[in-house]
Amino acid sequence: MYAQMVKSEATQDDPEALAAFQARIDAGEKIEPKEWMPEGYRKTLIRQIGQHAHSEIVGQLPEGNWITRAPTLERKAILLAKVQDEAGHGLYLYCAAETLGVSRDELTEALLAGKMKYSSIFNYPTLTWADIGAVGWLVDGAAIMNQVPLQRTSFGPYSRAMIRICKEESFHQRQGFDIMRKMANGTKAQRHMAQDALNRFWYPSLMMFGPSDKDSVHSAQSMAWKIKMNTNDELRQKFVDQTVPQAEYLGLTVPDPDLRWNAEKGGYDFSEPDWTEFFEVLKGNGPCNAERLAARQKAWDDGAWVRDGLMAHAAKQRSAPIAAE
Amino acid sequence: MGAVVDMDAALFAGLCRLGDSTLVLGHRVSEWCGHAPVLEEDIALANTALDLIGQTQMWLGLAGEMEGKARNADALAFHRDVWEFRNLLLVERPNGDFGHTLMRQFLFDAWHQPMLTGLAQSRDARVAEIAAKAGKEVAYHLERSADLVIRLGDGSDESHARMQVALDTLWPYTGEMMTPDATDTALADAGIMPDLVGLQATWDGLVRDVLAEATLAIPDGGFMHKGGKQGQHSEHLGHMLATMQFLPRAYPDATW
Ligand SMILES: [Fe+2]
Ligand SMILES: [Fe+2]
Repeated sequence: MYAQMVKSEATQDDPEALAAFQARIDAGEKIEPKEWMPEGYRKTLIRQIGQHAHSEIVGQLPEGNWITRAPTLERKAILLAKVQDEAGHGLYLYCAAETLGVSRDELTEALLAGKMKYSSIFNYPTLTWADIGAVGWLVDGAAIMNQVPLQRTSFGPYSRAMIRICKEESFHQRQGFDIMRKMANGTKAQRHMAQDALNRFWYPSLMMFGPSDKDSVHSAQSMAWKIKMNTNDELRQKFVDQTVPQAEYLGLTVPDPDLRWNAEKGGYDFSEPDWTEFFEVLKGNGPCNAERLAARQKAWDDGAWVRDGLMAHAAKQRSAPIAAE
Repeated sequence: MGAVVDMDAALFAGLCRLGDSTLVLGHRVSEWCGHAPVLEEDIALANTALDLIGQTQMWLGLAGEMEGKARNADALAFHRDVWEFRNLLLVERPNGDFGHTLMRQFLFDAWHQPMLTGLAQSRDARVAEIAAKAGKEVAYHLERSADLVIRLGDGSDESHARMQVALDTLWPYTGEMMTPDATDTALADAGIMPDLVGLQATWDGLVRDVLAEATLAIPDGGFMHKGGKQGQHSEHLGHMLATMQFLPRAYPDATW
C-alpha cells in the first residue's frame, strides 16, 4: 500500500552521494536534519513519522470514549494520564517531522484531506470497558513491538522521540493488562466483556504490523536505510509469541482455532488476519473511520478561532514595543 | 436565631463541596479529550482533569473516612444522586466552545487557588495537608487559565467576542462561591475552612486585573444563581452522573 507511494521516489540522487549516505547508515551513524539525505529517505520518513503522529492523536478518541465512563476514580486518573501521554507522543513526533521541513499544520491538513493515514486499529470501536483493557494490552503491546526497535532508527530526531515514547509505553500496556486481569477474574458479565474484547481486537492488532513482507515492495529500501528495523512478519510473530501466554494467564481464549505451538520454529503458528478487511479499513470503510476523521475535522474547525486568536495576540505583543517608542 | 450546626455534618458537607466541585469540573474537562483546538491544549486539559480527579480522591476520601459509614471516595462519587452532590453550579456548566471551558476554568481557579491557600492554614491537619498538595497544582491551573484568557480576550475580534460571551454567560454562576451559608460559617468559625466573604476581595482583585488585561468587560447586574452547594442543581448534572456512574450502577457486584 505505502509501497506504491514510495516507488516513484526512487531518486535521481548522485550515486556517489547515495553510497556515502548508505555507508554512514551501515556504520550506525545517526542522520541529523541539517545533513544531506536522499529525497526518498526524507519523504519516507515524513510519511512514516507523520502517520505515527496522527495515530497517537486519533488514538486518543477510542480511549477518550471511556474516560467519562471509567468505573473508579483511580481508573479515570490512570486513563487520563495515558491519553495525555499519547497526545505528548503526537507532539514529539510532529516535532521530529518538522525537522524534515513539514509543519504540523500541513500534516494535519493532509490527514484531514485523506492524503495521510493513521493506524487502522483506531477505526475499531471501544464498546465496553474491557475494550479499554484490550487496547492497552494489545494495541499498546503491538505498538511497543513496533517502536522498541525504532529507538535505533537512523534518523536522529525520530530515534530520540522513540526513546522518550518507549519509556511511557510500558506503563500503557501494564494498565491495560491490569484492567483485563480484573475483568477476566470478575463477574460473569465482566468475563464476557473481557473475552468479547479479545475476540474483537485480536485480528485488528495483528494487522497493526502491516501486510506480509512478501507484499511490501519498499520494505527492503526502508530496511537498508534503517527506517524500518524488522520485517512486518517478524514483529507479528514476536507479538503473538508474547501475547498468547498472557491470554492463557488471563484464562481467555485467543480467537484462532489454528493457533498452535510450533516447537520446531520455537513460536506459535497462527492464522493470518483478513487482509481484505485491512485494506477496506485503510480505504475508509472501517467501522469508525468516518467518526474518527469527523471528530478530528471538527476539533480543527472549531479550534480555528482559538489558534487565530493566539496568533493575533502574539502579533500584538510583537508590535507593542515598537508602537510604544 | 443562630442555626445549630452539627460540626461533623458540616465538615462532611464542606469536604463534599470541595470534592464534588473538583470531580464535576474534572469530568467536564475530561470530555475534551481528543477534541481540543491545539495539541498543547489536549495535553493541558488532560493534565488539569487529572489533577482535579486526584484532588477528588483526597477530598472525598477524607469525607468518607470522617463520615465513618464505610463509604470511600468511589462510593461517594459513583453512588450518590444529584441532590446529594454539593458542587458549585459553575463547574457543572456544559463545556460549550473552548472559550466557555476556559472562562469557567479561570473563574473557578481564581477562587480555588486562594481557597486552597486558606485551607492550607486549616486547624484540621488532614484538610491542611490536602490543600497544600492541591495548592501547588492549582496555582499552575490559575497561571495557565489567566494567561489564556488574556491572550484570547485580547486576541482577534472573534476570540474577543467569544470570550466576552463566555464571561457574560458564566458570570451569574460565580456568586455562589463567595456566599456563605450556615455550613460555611460554622466551618470558618471553627478555623477549619476560610471565610468566604474574605475570599471575595482576593477573587475580585484577581479577576478584575486579568479581565482588564484581557480587554473584557465585567457584566452589569448583580443577579447570581445559587443552590449547588445545597444540592439544588441544573438539569446538566443528572446527565453527567448518568454517564459517569453508569458502570458501577449497572454492575454493582463488580470490582474494577
Ligand atoms: Fe503512544
Ligand atoms: Fe501508548
